[in-house]
Amino acid sequence: MNETTIEVSALAPSPKSWGRRLYAWYLRSDALKGFTLLSPTLLVMGLTMLIPFGIMVTISFWAQIGFEFDTTFTLANYGEGVEQPLYRALLLRSLAISGTCAVVTVLVSYPMAYYVAFHVHKHKMTWIILMTVPFFTSYLLRVFAWKVILGYNGVINSGLKGLGLIEEPLAFLLYSPTAVVITLAHAWAAFAILPIYISLEKIDRSLLEAATDLGDGPVKRFLGVTLPLSMPGVIAATLMIFIPTVGDYVTPALVGGPDGIMIANLIQAQFGLVNNWPMGAALAIDMMVVVAVISLLYIWLTRKITEKIA
Amino acid sequence: MTEVAYIDRPSRALYFYAILYLGFLYIPVLFLPMFSFNDNIYIAFPLKGFTTKWYMEMFNNQPMWAALNNSFNVACVSAAIATLLGLFGAKAVTRYRIPGEKPIIFVIMLPMVVPYIIMGVALLILITQLGFDLSLYTVTMAHVLISVPFAMATLISRFEGFDQALEEASTDLGASPLSTFWRVTLPLVFPGVLASFLLCFTISFDEFIMAYFLAGTDPTLPIFIWSQLRFPLRLPGVLALGSLILVVSFVVVFFSQWLRSYRVEKTQPGI
Amino acid sequence: MTSNNDFVSLTDVSKHFGSVVAVDHLSFTISRGEFFSLLGPSGCGKTTLLRMLAGFESPTTGEIYIDGAPMSEVPPHHRPTNMVFQNYAIFPHLNVRANLAYGLRYDKIEKAEVGRRVEEALEMVKLPGFGNRRSNELSGGERQRVALARALIKRPKVLLLDEPLGALDKKLREEMQLELRALQESVGITFIFVTHDQEEALTLSTRIAVMTRGKALQVASPKDLYNHPVSVEVADFIGQMNFVEAQVMDVRNGEAVLDATGLGKITAPASSDFVQKGANIIVAIRPEKLILSAERRSDGLGAVQCTIKTSAYLGDRDHFYVSVDGCEKPFAVAIAETGANSDQSLDRQSIVWLSWADESLILLPRD
Repeated sequence: MNETTIEVSALAPSPKSWGRRLYAWYLRSDALKGFTLLSPTLLVMGLTMLIPFGIMVTISFWAQIGFEFDTTFTLANYGEGVEQPLYRALLLRSLAISGTCAVVTVLVSYPMAYYVAFHVHKHKMTWIILMTVPFFTSYLLRVFAWKVILGYNGVINSGLKGLGLIEEPLAFLLYSPTAVVITLAHAWAAFAILPIYISLEKIDRSLLEAATDLGDGPVKRFLGVTLPLSMPGVIAATLMIFIPTVGDYVTPALVGGPDGIMIANLIQAQFGLVNNWPMGAALAIDMMVVVAVISLLYIWLTRKITEKIA
Repeated sequence: MTEVAYIDRPSRALYFYAILYLGFLYIPVLFLPMFSFNDNIYIAFPLKGFTTKWYMEMFNNQPMWAALNNSFNVACVSAAIATLLGLFGAKAVTRYRIPGEKPIIFVIMLPMVVPYIIMGVALLILITQLGFDLSLYTVTMAHVLISVPFAMATLISRFEGFDQALEEASTDLGASPLSTFWRVTLPLVFPGVLASFLLCFTISFDEFIMAYFLAGTDPTLPIFIWSQLRFPLRLPGVLALGSLILVVSFVVVFFSQWLRSYRVEKTQPGI
Repeated sequence: MTSNNDFVSLTDVSKHFGSVVAVDHLSFTISRGEFFSLLGPSGCGKTTLLRMLAGFESPTTGEIYIDGAPMSEVPPHHRPTNMVFQNYAIFPHLNVRANLAYGLRYDKIEKAEVGRRVEEALEMVKLPGFGNRRSNELSGGERQRVALARALIKRPKVLLLDEPLGALDKKLREEMQLELRALQESVGITFIFVTHDQEEALTLSTRIAVMTRGKALQVASPKDLYNHPVSVEVADFIGQMNFVEAQVMDVRNGEAVLDATGLGKITAPASSDFVQKGANIIVAIRPEKLILSAERRSDGLGAVQCTIKTSAYLGDRDHFYVSVDGCEKPFAVAIAETGANSDQSLDRQSIVWLSWADESLILLPRD
C-alpha cells in the first residue's frame, strides 16, 4: 500500500513550474553556484585586464601619426624594438638590474627569514610585523629616502665629510645602477622575506631531527633538508621581486641617473613626451614576453636542479 | 638546560644579523622624520636645529590636501570593491567544486606577477580608445584590479581557517543561504574582511606607477609627492607629509596585522 | 500516508562523485522511532548517505522520502531533519544559549518560549547553567551535548548523527552511548547514526545497515547480524569469526551434511536456499562458541584434534589460536575467565580437542 503511493509520486512528478525545476537543478549543481559567485570577480578581471591586454596587443601592430593612429597592420614597432641598440641595451640593463636585485634581496633575506622561522619562539608575530611594516609605507618616499642617503649632499657624503674622511662628496653613490639595486632591494625586501619564511615555517621539525639523528651536522642538514624544502619559497620570492622591478620607472628616475635608466622609463616616455603609443605598447609586450620566458626558464631550471639533487 | 629543542637552539650570529637587517630596513625610512624637523632647507648633515615650520607649511598647502582627499576616496572605494569581489571569489573557490578552478585562480592572481606599468599602459589604451576621460574613476578601476589578488589571498586563508561544517550546521538548523551568510559566515570572516580592506587601502593609497598613467587632472597623493620631488625647496614639506603618512601607516598596518593573527577558535575534538 | 514502517524510505539511491560511486543503488526503509545505524569502514558511503538525507548532497539517482514526502527538491534548511556533526560544528562566535536558539528563529517561536526551550534542552543534556559559555570553554563531551541539544531543540522528524562519539576517548564514549540511547528512547525521535565502530552500533541500534563500497550488505537487528550474517563480509565485519570451506554432501530435514576442510564430516542447520547438494559453501563459527578440552568430550559434540599455537589474555577472557591439520588459518577460540568452556593445561604446543555444537555453525555462500 505504501509502496504504491511512493511509486506513483516518484513516477508522476507533480506539475511544477519550469522555474522551480530550474532552481532545483541549479541547487544541485555545485559548479554553477560556484561560478555565479565567481562571476563578478571574473567579470572585473576580464574587463580591466584581459580586454586591455588584447587592445594593447592590437595597438602594438599600428603606427602613430601625429595624434592619430594608422591602423594598418605593421610589424615595424617590433622590428624597431629588436634593431634599435638603445632599446636592446635598456632591456638588457633592466633585466640585469632586476635580476641582480632579486638575487641579492633573496640572499640577504634568507638568513633573516631563517632566523624568525627557527630561532624566534615568542613574539613571532611581532617580528613578522616589524619586517613588513616598512613595506607598507609610501614607496615613493622610501625611494626618496635613499636619494637623501646617497645624494651629493646626502647623509653618507655629509657624514663622511663631517668626519673629515673625504674632501669632496662621492659622486658615484647616487645616479648609478648600484644605487638602483640597493634602493630596489630595500623597497622589495618584504616580498623576499614572507615567501621564504612561510616555506621554512612549513617544514616539519621532525624531518630536521631525523636528519640529525641520521648523523647530519648542521651544515649538511641545512643543505640536505632545509634548503631543498624551502626552494618553493625562494623561487616565489625571486620572481615576486624580479617581475615587478623590471617594470619600475620610479626608482631609476629618482636614483638611477642616465646610467640607471631602465626599459620602463622608455615605455613611460613613449606614452608621454615621445607620444608614440604603438611603440610603447610593442615595447611593453616585448618586455612582458622576455620576463615571462625568463621566469618560466627559471622555474624549470630550479625544478630540474632540485630534482637532480634529491 | 635550555627549554627549546636541539633543532631550535638560538644562534647569536643570526640574531646579530637579524638586528642588522632590521636596521637596514628602518634607518633609511627613519631619516625622513628626522630631517622633517631639521631647520634647514637642504636635506644634509649636519643638523641645524629643531623646527616644526615644515609641518605648518604643509598644513597650509591646499593642493596637498586636495591630493590627500583624492587618494583617500580612491583608496576607500577601490578597497571596498576589491574586498567585496575577493569575498565572493574566496567563498566560491573554497566552498564549491568548480571545474577549471586552478586556471581561474591563476588569472585572478595574475596582477601580482605582471609589472604594473604594463597593466597601467593597457588600461590607458583601453580607456582612451573607448573615448572616456582619465579621472579618479579610472585610477580606482586600476587599483581594484591590482588589489583583488591580495583581497582574495587574504580571504581565502580566512575561509580555509574555519570549518565548512559550521555553514552546513546553520543551513541544517533552518537558515537560508543568505541568512547563513549574515549570521555565520560574515561574523567568522570579518577580521579577514577588515584586514583585506586595510591591505587594499594601503596598496591603493601608495600606488603611483599606474595612477601616473591613469589620473587625469586630479592628482592622487603619490602623484602630488612626485611633482614636489622635483623642486628642492618643497622637499622639507614633502618630508613632513611623508613622516605623517609613515606614522599613520604604521598604526594601520599594526592594527591590520593584529587582525590577521586574531584567529577563529576552531571547534576541535577533544579538550 | 505512511505507516510507521517506512517513515524514512530510500528508493534506488546512488551518488556519484565524478567516476567514483560513493553510494550504489540503495533501497531500504527505516521505521518511526528507530535507532538506526549505518555501519561500515571509512569510505563505504555511510557519511555521503547521511549528507544526502540532510540535503547537503543530492542523489545522482533515486529518491529519499521522509514521512512520505520526496526530498530531492527540498533544500537542507527546509528539511525535517537535523544533524549532529562529526566535530560538532558549534558556532565559535556565539555562546551555548545562542547556539541552541540559533535554529528556533526560523520556526517563528516567541521569545519567551525560545528561552524556555533552551533551558529545557540544556537540562535534557545535563548542561544546566552552561548557557553563557563559548565553544572553546567546553570539553569534548560538553560540545557533543551542546550539538545534540542544538539539533534536538528543533524537534526534527529525523535526527542525523555523523560519528558523534568518534572524537571522545573510550570511557567517555561508553558513557555517552548509554545516555544517547536513553535520550533517544525518551524523545522518541528517529535517529540515524553513522559509525565505523561495530561494537557501538551493536550497543545502540535497533537496526543496523552494514555498508561497504556504497552498498548495504545487510539490514538487520544487532542480534540477527551477529547470529545470522548473510555473507562472509558481514560475518567478518561484525565481531570475530572463524571460516572454513566446505562442500555440501547431503541436505535432509533442514540439516546439511558437509565435508569441511580440516574438520571432516560435520552437520549443520541448513536454513537457506544456497545450501544444496554439491554446493561449495563457507562454514563460520564464533570464537566463543568453540570449546577446548584435553580429552574428547562424551556429549556428542562435533570435535577435532588441534594444536595450541598462541594465546592472548584479554582481561575478561582468553583468546587461543589453535591450528587444525588441513586448515590454512588457525582457529580463534575465546574462553571466558570463569573457565566455563575451558579445561586445565592449555599450554602452548599441547594437543587438545576442539569441539562445537552443530547449532552454532553458520552456513554462508561463497562470494
